[in-house]
Amino acid sequence: MRILNKTNGIWMILIVLSFGLLQGAILLGLIDAFYEITLVTILINMILAIGLNVIIGFSGQFSLGHAGFMAIGAYATGILTKQFPNYGGMAAGIVVGGIIAGIVALIVGIPTLRLKGDYLAIATLGVAEIIRIIILNMGDLTNGAAGLSGIPYLSTWYIGFFLAVVVLIFAANYKYSSVGRATISVREDEIAAESLGIHTTRYKTIAFVMGAVTAAIAGSIHATYFSVISPDQFNFMKSIDILIIVVFGGIGSLTGSVIAATVLGVLNVFLQPFGSFRMILYAIALISIMIFKPSGLMGTKELNISSFIRKKDKSENKKREEKVR
Amino acid sequence: MLKVRDLTVYYGVIEAIKGVSFEVNEGEIVTLIGANGAGKTTILKTISGLVRPSQGEIIYQEQPIQRATPRTIVQSGISHVPEGRHVFSGMTVMENLEMGAFLRKDKEAIKEDIKKVFDHFPILEERKNQDSATLSGGEQQMLAMGRALISKPKLLLLDEPSMGLAPLFIQEIFQIIKKINEEGTTILLIEQNASVALEIATKGYVLETGKIVESGVGKELLESEAVQKAYLGG
Ligand SMILES: Nc1ncnc2c1ncn2[C@@H]1O[C@H](COP(=O)(O)OP(=O)(O)O)[C@@H](O)[C@H]1O
Ligand SMILES: [Mg+2]
Repeated sequence: MRILNKTNGIWMILIVLSFGLLQGAILLGLIDAFYEITLVTILINMILAIGLNVIIGFSGQFSLGHAGFMAIGAYATGILTKQFPNYGGMAAGIVVGGIIAGIVALIVGIPTLRLKGDYLAIATLGVAEIIRIIILNMGDLTNGAAGLSGIPYLSTWYIGFFLAVVVLIFAANYKYSSVGRATISVREDEIAAESLGIHTTRYKTIAFVMGAVTAAIAGSIHATYFSVISPDQFNFMKSIDILIIVVFGGIGSLTGSVIAATVLGVLNVFLQPFGSFRMILYAIALISIMIFKPSGLMGTKELNISSFIRKKDKSENKKREEKVR
Repeated sequence: MLKVRDLTVYYGVIEAIKGVSFEVNEGEIVTLIGANGAGKTTILKTISGLVRPSQGEIIYQEQPIQRATPRTIVQSGISHVPEGRHVFSGMTVMENLEMGAFLRKDKEAIKEDIKKVFDHFPILEERKNQDSATLSGGEQQMLAMGRALISKPKLLLLDEPSMGLAPLFIQEIFQIIKKINEEGTTILLIEQNASVALEIATKGYVLETGKIVESGVGKELLESEAVQKAYLGG
């Protein structure tokens, strides 16, 4: 079975190992409450970046409204958990938020993704703003510009970690599935894909909906970890922040997004003492990436464990051959 | 095998195809020749379901297909190699060929068919693990044709396979087209390069601004007034 091969085994070990390391660091007091916030922020950003990478990297469509879908998840979960302050309420929030985000993505995606060109970018820019304005004007339900506070603290870093792993595994499997291949073929050459009978609009839409749903999941964690949400947290700048992570890590590379979310998150902490000077250093970091590695940290490639294995096998084979001689 | 009757296609208000009729019989190589902008690509796209006609019929194996989706058309055995070199860059030669089998489920048979493609195009086998973007123009054209063959077409639609290729490569590709045809695939070939196309074609049609102005048997057509006029300006 493919799921139980060598490569996936090593990935599972890596995931468990990083979990163990984090857990150990927290128990030893190396990660205190402040750093735990950073950790959860990184995990949320990871989910957001992976989802946006499915849209931008896999289907080649540009979305500028990722924060809008995050807002849907955050508000759905915020509203529901205030009514039902338990994990049932949170699960319901994740499901409802995901469904609403998915439906909105379908409504936006089907007409715009039929067109060739960057119409999705324009449409999502507008949609994110519409979502924000609707939330602003939903009266007591969303509490307008002040936002919701007192959302029960249901999320922990465990939940963030778990959901990030689930989203990552899902996106990785999607990338190498036949649906994913079709999506990537549409990105590479829409005309060729069409000529093979691949329904191009369908695959672009699937990727867009998947990205939107994962953004809603990230929003759900955000609401139940920070307990306070307001519409301005999900503005255009938030969408750009996520976009930066994707570009920084490499468009099309999931492991790139994971690394970039981590690096930028940690960088942010180290730059904390510099106050607003921080933004300048942050910008310098981004510009240096653009100069020295314009395709992002990982380019379109994944951190490829199986190629390490193959290299090792090869060198072992060589040794064996030499022995025979 | 394929009957096109009174086909009319509009792009907005522009009438690109103005009532075209022609026929392709099983086992033939039929060529549609015409200058740039004559409407050749549009006709192919209409047959493969990528463009909708406003009038007329396309009958394939006794079934009207002018309302069918590209997917069902591919599944019914029509495969379209688009104009230009449309390979999936970032994917290897092998992965490109596998994409050709996207609508098929019979894994073992697909492997066999990939072998057959390598028989036609040995260079592709040599390059099978190479990123398709690194292939030369002629090799990319071969890959696009090979990929179309993986879907096991009964009718292969080729849109200007000679475009932008060196004369030697053109000869090679056309010999392969002939061989594919001899092995049982019917071919509708679209070309600007009238002389090479008519050399291997059973039958040819001359297209001029959306209308068929002449038709005839391969080599005879080359001598005809319409072709002379269209290509030699006299
Ligand atoms: N997508 C399109 N929209 C509008 N006009 C088009 C489109 N595609 C082709 N045309 C027009 O239709 C005519 C025929 O084009 P085409 O079929 O590409 O010709 P050919 O393949 O013979 O060069 C041309 O006048 C071209 O400008
Ligand atoms: Mg053309």
